[in-house]
Amino acid sequence: MEVLAPRDEADLEEAIAAAVAEGSTLAVEGEGSKRGLGHAVAARRRLSMAAMRGVSLYEPAELVLTAGAGTPLREIQGLLDQQGQQLAFEPADYGRILGGLAGRGTIGGAIAVNASGPRRIKAGAARDHLLGFRAVSGRGEPFKSGGRVMKNVTGYDLSKLMAGSHGTLGVMSEMTVKVLPKPETEETVVFAGLGDAAAVALMTAASGLPAEVSGFAHLPDGGGRTGLRLEGPAVSVASRRAALLRHFGGEAGVLAEAASRAFWEAVRDVQPLAGRGEQLWRLSVAPADGAATVARLTERGLPIAGRLYDWAGGLVWLAIETGRHGHAIREGLAGHATCIRAPEEVRAAEPVFHPQPPALAALSRRVKQSFDPKRVLNPGRMGEGL
Amino acid sequence: MSLTMPAPEAAILENRGRLVRRLRAILPEESVIAEETAMRAYECDALTMYRQLPLVVALPETAPQVQEVMALAAEMNVKVVPRGAGTSLSGGSLPLGDGILLAMGKFNRILEIDYGNRCARVQPGVANLAISDAVAGRGFYYAPDPSSQIACSIGGNVGENSGGVHCLKYGLTTNNILGLEIVLMGGEIVRLGGKHLDSGGYDLMGLMTGSEGLLGVITEVTVRLLRKPEAARGLLLAFPTVEAGAACVADIIAAGIVPGGLEMMDGPAIRAAEDFQPCGYPTDAASLLICELDGEPSEVDHMAARVSDIARAAGATTVRASQSEDERLGFWAGRKNAFPAVGAIGPDYLCMDGTIPRGRLAEVLAGMSELAEQHGLRVANVFHAGDGNLHPLILYDANRPGDIEKAETFGADILKLCVAVGGVLTGEHGVGVEKRDLMGEMFTEADLDQQQRVKCAFDPEHRLNPGKVFPTLRRCAELGRMHVRGGALPFPDLPRF
Repeated sequence: MEVLAPRDEADLEEAIAAAVAEGSTLAVEGEGSKRGLGHAVAARRRLSMAAMRGVSLYEPAELVLTAGAGTPLREIQGLLDQQGQQLAFEPADYGRILGGLAGRGTIGGAIAVNASGPRRIKAGAARDHLLGFRAVSGRGEPFKSGGRVMKNVTGYDLSKLMAGSHGTLGVMSEMTVKVLPKPETEETVVFAGLGDAAAVALMTAASGLPAEVSGFAHLPDGGGRTGLRLEGPAVSVASRRAALLRHFGGEAGVLAEAASRAFWEAVRDVQPLAGRGEQLWRLSVAPADGAATVARLTERGLPIAGRLYDWAGGLVWLAIETGRHGHAIREGLAGHATCIRAPEEVRAAEPVFHPQPPALAALSRRVKQSFDPKRVLNPGRMGEGL
Repeated sequence: MSLTMPAPEAAILENRGRLVRRLRAILPEESVIAEETAMRAYECDALTMYRQLPLVVALPETAPQVQEVMALAAEMNVKVVPRGAGTSLSGGSLPLGDGILLAMGKFNRILEIDYGNRCARVQPGVANLAISDAVAGRGFYYAPDPSSQIACSIGGNVGENSGGVHCLKYGLTTNNILGLEIVLMGGEIVRLGGKHLDSGGYDLMGLMTGSEGLLGVITEVTVRLLRKPEAARGLLLAFPTVEAGAACVADIIAAGIVPGGLEMMDGPAIRAAEDFQPCGYPTDAASLLICELDGEPSEVDHMAARVSDIARAAGATTVRASQSEDERLGFWAGRKNAFPAVGAIGPDYLCMDGTIPRGRLAEVLAGMSELAEQHGLRVANVFHAGDGNLHPLILYDANRPGDIEKAETFGADILKLCVAVGGVLTGEHGVGVEKRDLMGEMFTEADLDQQQRVKCAFDPEHRLNPGKVFPTLRRCAELGRMHVRGGALPFPDLPRF
């Protein structure tokens, strides 16, 4: 497939306007690390944002950073590291679970799929950290929204719409994100041996305590490990750890610094489920319902090859053996189920994204049309008509 | 009044009698207000310089009633202006003479509190503070705290994406809601989100938040509840210059500290507050910071010590850390009184709401002093320093001819200055009618066209709250037209592989 690689916004505008004029389509990508997400896109050309890279503004004292959409995340994280700062939404790296390499991906890609990690529950999602952007719409017209300040209600908040739109509305050329200080220290209190229901009950209880836990995950393998992450100054972490242990009693292990980081990186990137089952599903549900949701699906005979709970039970990852199970997973589910990985024939046969009720689906199609009426950008990536 | 609203349509005015009768068939007698004296209560919101009697006021109390009113409005081609508690500072719910004012005050119930999932489902007319009050007994609260929180409704908060003094650490409304139920102009009910985080699909909940009542009518909100921090301490820091205060804010953030609240007042605001009700502010200071640290007690003490050191290094002349809850509240007393205090010397004031990159603060305040001199008016500043949100309070006298116009022009100049240094027109009060005609300062025509195309996806006839936010209304058919340029593959220079 022919690849177009715009160097600047003018190039980008030209590429999209030309696609509109000739009635063709574009598959948008950065480093291609998330090509396997969503429905397969049958586009005439590939639009690579890899050349539109570089950090044009970074002011640590103002907590803002502006970068070209094609800037590799590792480059941004390297810069932030030097100043003791981070992207607090912990962008997940799906490289390995999608069968590719780890450590790849751009800021544009992370925002476009709203890739949020374990800290989402406390610090917000990728969408909460996008302060503003410049983009070219599927009409081939450049536009911007938001700004570089923390608090802004001037006009519609199109940043929210662009985050998670998988490149189907416009192609962001540059974006400004909120960055935050890294905590002074971190550790993870690990409770061993809990079943799913008990683990979710513990996480639910912990989330109602003033312990400011910044990650709640349960890994059922090896008898079960339930991790609660504490971040902040050492004195505060120690005191909150003591409070948690007092509250829950029993035995708990503590993972310090590097071990804690490794634990959460594994949860973030769903490493325990890499290579298990043919398919990987991501369920977003009310946190307290996490274990019950899995129990119900097990009863229905779903061939579950592995599971992992994040967000205090609100994010359930399921590895599934084979077959078509979208309907079974979604029936009666109070939440959203997204197929993250499946063979192309499965992704072609059933919706990757959670089907919407008719009025909402129609509204989503009208929103798509308002940005990209000819369906030039990533057509079908998010489903029929999008 | 310098503002032009869309001219009322004669055909709608002629049909008023029939509209009122049809509304009374949908709603109980007392929920349709058509008499002039009773409608006066609705003629303005908190931007009181603009007033307009609505065509009729409708007070639905169920989502199906809202659907029916919307369907009727569509059928009779009548506009609809949604209104919560009427506390908008930007005229977001200013009525239209040919529009139904849809007052949501009867949606006043908390439907469910779910501590296990740390959320509450509430109707849009519930007051912001009422949510926190309802869950306080269990140690929870709803984080965004606009200063009108005792009165403002959660539906209005969603419409305006309201903030407060704790936004840097806890976010705005958009970061603290999980679900919405909305009624579209076509009468459809749509549910967005729920008790779970992050649905797939387009983030229409994020889009709705801050859309100022132009996209849909909110009939239910699911808010996140947070556990109250165990401890909070305040620091009162005074500086001999604005620059030193601003530098201290930057130093605190650069040191990796994100305070729960970080407020700044300039000299005129400090003195106005102290004159209004003495609260121990040093009146010779050029800038005053109130820094609130919250969280686990030992962490709060640790941070308080660090911030005190940073402030001293930045040249603070006063560094006081609260030793009791009373003292902490005392630090806030002057700040919380700042608006009435300025009102007392005004005698009137216009509250502006720009946001700037914090590093440009000293420059913006200096520019503002110059502008004050040019316009012959005084200004006092309170500033959500942590997030760069500036509230200049322009003092004027409504009884002095020409003062209102002068204040408005001065305000517009301040906002233009904010935009010029990389900031924005409004940080939390909304565009409404107040800043509508300044949108071109920040956005190009193409930017605004794209925003209006989004509006067309929700409301193609521009029936919902027209005349707000956008300086010129463009017809959806015109906006949708494609201007195809160039031929096939015209990009000879574009790198390809």
